[in-house]
Amino acid sequence: MSLDNEQVQHIALLARLRLADDELGETVEKLSRIVDFVDQLAAAPTDDVVPMAHPLNAVQRLRPDAVTEPDDRDHLQQNAAAVSDGLYLVPKVIE
Amino acid sequence: MTALHEMTLSGLKAGLDAGEFTSVEIVSALLGRIESLDPQLNAFITVLGEAALADAARADEARARGDAGPLCGLPIVHKDIFCMRDVRTTCGSRMLENFVSPYDATVVERLAGAGAVVLGKTNMDEFAMGSSNETSWFGPVKNPWDPACSPGGSSGGSAAAVAARLAPAATATDTGGSIRQPAALTGTVGIKPTYGRVSRYGMIAFASSLDQAGVITRTAEDSARLLGVMAGFDERDSTSIDHPVPDYVGELDVALDGLRIGIVRQHFDAGLDASCAQAVRDALAELEKRGAVLTEVDLPNLDYCVPTYYVVAPAECSSNLSRFDGVRFGYRAKDPEDLLDLYCRSRGEGFGAEVKRRIMTGTYVLSAGYYDAYYLQAQKVRQLISEDFRRAFADVDLIAGPTTPTPAFRLGDKTDDPITMYLNDIYTIGANLAGLPALSAPCGMVDGLPVGLHLVGPHWSEGRLLAATHQYQQDTAWHEAAPEAFR
Repeated sequence: MSLDNEQVQHIALLARLRLADDELGETVEKLSRIVDFVDQLAAAPTDDVVPMAHPLNAVQRLRPDAVTEPDDRDHLQQNAAAVSDGLYLVPKVIE
Repeated sequence: MTALHEMTLSGLKAGLDAGEFTSVEIVSALLGRIESLDPQLNAFITVLGEAALADAARADEARARGDAGPLCGLPIVHKDIFCMRDVRTTCGSRMLENFVSPYDATVVERLAGAGAVVLGKTNMDEFAMGSSNETSWFGPVKNPWDPACSPGGSSGGSAAAVAARLAPAATATDTGGSIRQPAALTGTVGIKPTYGRVSRYGMIAFASSLDQAGVITRTAEDSARLLGVMAGFDERDSTSIDHPVPDYVGELDVALDGLRIGIVRQHFDAGLDASCAQAVRDALAELEKRGAVLTEVDLPNLDYCVPTYYVVAPAECSSNLSRFDGVRFGYRAKDPEDLLDLYCRSRGEGFGAEVKRRIMTGTYVLSAGYYDAYYLQAQKVRQLISEDFRRAFADVDLIAGPTTPTPAFRLGDKTDDPITMYLNDIYTIGANLAGLPALSAPCGMVDGLPVGLHLVGPHWSEGRLLAATHQYQQDTAWHEAAPEAFR
């Protein structure tokens, strides 16, 4: 296995994912297989190749820095689990 | 008269124009079929009964006033990845099980503006990550040709709905083959346009440099009709490209005389099922009879397509899906201990196993110490793959081959090994990596299951792909075959 339990737990934390205890074994095994599979890219002849940034070599389009969207906060917040006075509520961060 | 559900979008349009039936009649007939037949397939996540009938009635009134748009009163379904205002939009995930979109995707808006009536939202692999529709939180879709088989994925619900004559046309999206592979496995036509051709605004993002919206229909003509409405510049999508939209329907009659079609030798290597290979060869011979000229072309880096994709796509997915945090929208875990626990458990419980694997693969290949070896290397190989296509298209107008290595596989057959599942997209992924338009069309049957012919063209050659398929469909009847239980 190219990855061990500890590495996978670290990746999960970086990705903000809690893995259930019964998920860990299968995740380690399948992620290892995926990493082994993509390892074959190392053999590709890429000296002096410029990494691709865009399929059509387009550059990021810019627009004038002006307000274009109306305020739709109440409507948008209807999908939130907990809001109050237009603010999103989360567990207390600072005591 | 042909039953309404048997008619194509173009046939329905002609009937509406001639006053033979109304949009309300079409929509009622299809809603009835969905209600009685979809329990066998699970192609829909949401059916829009009342709303669809009201839209159909409005379309009939508009037509009576002489105010009919190009798709007035014609029924379609949307893959549940497209945001539709005030309608639940789940992306096949528990994470968005109760998400009611506050706005319309540009694709939804443009099709509605042309008068199309939406019957419902179709099932899909969770966040479009899958090739069998088995990763959906709402359960797998079954293939209308054999309910023990997968319809492919991720747009499995859209493909199954069209193949089963529950709707004549569906929107879909394609990141590595998610339109073309299900189209091939269900005997339908599916086109993925050039990257930037159709707006991604309101289309829930998986891998932003690869995702592109397209359609699944039964004929090339119907695809041309829809794509003409969907395509075009959109200032709300920063990757939309301002390039003129040709008259795809008008171009369908362009003859195949002298069309240079490239055949890739490696496409017919050991990995391809022998009967599928024969069906594809027969289709190529048919195109040759119509005046196309076949030549061999080489794509030397073809074998790197799948591993390149499984670095680039997860990397982009890990970034895109970071927006699901349990705070602003989406699933939220109960009784979090603190903010970190809220994030980790909301995501851990809200996402399914395949989505979590891809987020973690992406996180790994982007993490300190691994970025150069994986992500940067993959972007370099992606350049090599694109150059292969550029070189090939100097000599040919299109490249043709199989869409998938085998016909539809059985549900459950490939769920144990992610790599086996990933390799199902070996022929389709190159077009996404290079941003090229590509199409799958039905070209034969093997043991009662459909086989797809895959066409890839240079950037902006959608019209050529559709015309070649339309010409092929004039002489062949594979696109007319319907699964027995759904005639």
